[in-house]
Amino acid sequence: MNDRTAAQRPAGAGSTGARAGVPAARPDSEAPIPPTTEADQKKLVRPGDRIFAGLATGSGIFIVVLIAAIGVFLLLQAIPSLGLDKVNFLTSREWSTGDVNNMRYGILDLLLVTVVSAAFALLIAMPIALGIALFLTQYAPRRLARPFAYVIDLLAAVPSIIFGLWGLLVLGPVLTPIGEWLTANLGWIPLFAEGNVSIELGGTIFTAGIVLAVMVLPIITAVSREVFDRTPVTHVEGAIALGATKWEVVRTTVLPFGKAGYVSASMLGLGRALGETIALTIILSGTGAVFGWSLFDGGATFASKIALAAPEFNDPRTAGAYIAAGLVLFVLTFGVNAIARAIVAGHKEYE
Amino acid sequence: MKTKRHGAVLGLIAAGALLLTACGSDANTPGAGSTPAAGDSSVPVECGGKSKLSAEGSSAQQNAIATFIQAYKAKCPDADLAYNPSGSGAGVKQFNAGQVDFGGSDSPLSESKGEVAAAAERCKGNPAWNLPLVFGPVALGYKLEGVTDLTLTGEVAAKIFNGTVKKWNDPAIKAVNGSASLPDKDIKVVYRSDESGTTDNFQKYLTAASKGAWTQGDGKQFKGGVGEAKEKSAGVAQAAGSVDGAITYVELSFAQDNKLSIAKIDNGSGPVELTNETVGKAIDGATIKGAGNDLVLDLNSIYGSTTAGAYPLLLATYEIVCSKGYDADTAKAVKAFLTVAATTGQDGLADAGYAPLPKAFQDKLLTAIQAIA
Repeated sequence: MNDRTAAQRPAGAGSTGARAGVPAARPDSEAPIPPTTEADQKKLVRPGDRIFAGLATGSGIFIVVLIAAIGVFLLLQAIPSLGLDKVNFLTSREWSTGDVNNMRYGILDLLLVTVVSAAFALLIAMPIALGIALFLTQYAPRRLARPFAYVIDLLAAVPSIIFGLWGLLVLGPVLTPIGEWLTANLGWIPLFAEGNVSIELGGTIFTAGIVLAVMVLPIITAVSREVFDRTPVTHVEGAIALGATKWEVVRTTVLPFGKAGYVSASMLGLGRALGETIALTIILSGTGAVFGWSLFDGGATFASKIALAAPEFNDPRTAGAYIAAGLVLFVLTFGVNAIARAIVAGHKEYE
Repeated sequence: MKTKRHGAVLGLIAAGALLLTACGSDANTPGAGSTPAAGDSSVPVECGGKSKLSAEGSSAQQNAIATFIQAYKAKCPDADLAYNPSGSGAGVKQFNAGQVDFGGSDSPLSESKGEVAAAAERCKGNPAWNLPLVFGPVALGYKLEGVTDLTLTGEVAAKIFNGTVKKWNDPAIKAVNGSASLPDKDIKVVYRSDESGTTDNFQKYLTAASKGAWTQGDGKQFKGGVGEAKEKSAGVAQAAGSVDGAITYVELSFAQDNKLSIAKIDNGSGPVELTNETVGKAIDGATIKGAGNDLVLDLNSIYGSTTAGAYPLLLATYEIVCSKGYDADTAKAVKAFLTVAATTGQDGLADAGYAPLPKAFQDKLLTAIQAIA
């Protein structure tokens, strides 16, 4: 629906432009002229047109080729190492690549920790982002909304290493009593069970997820805000005319109109959370134990595992094992984006 | 014209400033050289050759190299060296590819990985030498309320780090700490989550010194199977310092920065504190298994040492250089840098968390450095 409103404006702009150009032709009789000018314009290809079309097509092809090249590179580098893997790559929870003659590595735990921490982050960030976007577009006075939006965008400019250090040194200790309370009182829920790392040190998925939530917040907010802002005024006025209150206006016009955009914004945020590296290498405690479905477990995500090992790569076979893990992350992110697209495409009725 | 003249004046000022600073640091060196025995060596340094050397490798020796560079610049005002701490693996790779003048590595060139052959090819058919120039003592740092004097043996350390011993008041710990009152607290092991030479050396130490209690082997990934991991030395030291009952292995300077207590190590001849002297004694006792000037250390002779007063847990890192095969300019500069590093460069090492070389070992190194052609 983004496209539709965007398309509306250029169309409007174009029509006024055409109208401005017409007066020169007006003096002649009106009927025969429009067809001839239209035909002329169709034949006429200006150099600007050609250059622009070429650049746009080139950019499109370039990005597709680039991504395909990344995929092929990862695959080529990963295949030889996958052959040396002594355990099942997809279902094993071990990760031991030190001895190239006995490499035992599987991505199950990496996958679970990556997905759980990103999902937890999204669970926190999505409602907050929705609230912020609605506040900025529907409730806040115009004069306040703009600077407020800038401030939120600033969050996206904070380097992730700062988020990481903040999470470990500042947020972690603050969350410790909350974490301890949760494990003590809600420990019977597997998600809040006592984990395999110490809550005191703050290196849990719980801490990491909250930091990730803060990191994806600006992305979801920025996109949702744009979408909500484009709710057709006629819809809103219609709702008001029918006697709707502010909340009813939001519920009956803004939300249905912006739902798909909001979901795809969240998927974009999820992609960011899945791929976040530096903040997580700092926050998440590594552990020898397997992931037990608790938020108070430690572990490593795909990206953090690779970053932690990368400085000491000295054997292509060891590096290949990590590249294979990277390949899974690539596929995972690809899948997430595909789902996002499908959701947007599947909600055309809102347009 | 005017701008040109301004430029010339600026250039003159800049050059003057450089000259002055060079003079300044030159004047300072003799004063600083008075502290340890290793520093005041009368070995002549022949400056000159390539003005900007490049080296790459182990991050464990990064701060030591920074100290050496300062001393090198003080001695040879026009010279400089750029060190890229990209990791041991990368250091060896870049050295063998001829991209850098020497490599830094936590382990000597490996025959089985073909590194020795590749290095010989890079040195135009001459063997490369492994020179153990930088020694970093590794501390067993812990935080335990009310306990600041703790002794561990290799065997007890192994049992702590593989989870056999889980409580601070375990009989195994009590046995080596006679009178100390130890609390009934869980031991929280903290280890490195990144791949590191420190982990590798620590596990080698445990293998050699634990009398069979450590069966997990070595490698850059920690294999103890207990505790939790934090990133880099700063991360483990910070984590160990923030929880009561935590213990970790970390380079001395990080343990000190985070106010960890440091365990004494009893290698069979009584508890040994971690000091420059005890580490020097361990280095002196090391046997060399390389041939001639290729000073590859037999680490087991350090780790398994039972010499009284020798602190056995340390990280030895090598500079990997060509014995021959450099062009004349590079050879001259490499020799000058390494000579400075082994002599006046030793002065600031203790402050940076490393152990200065003992005299006998320094002589061996200087012999090798002088033989580079």
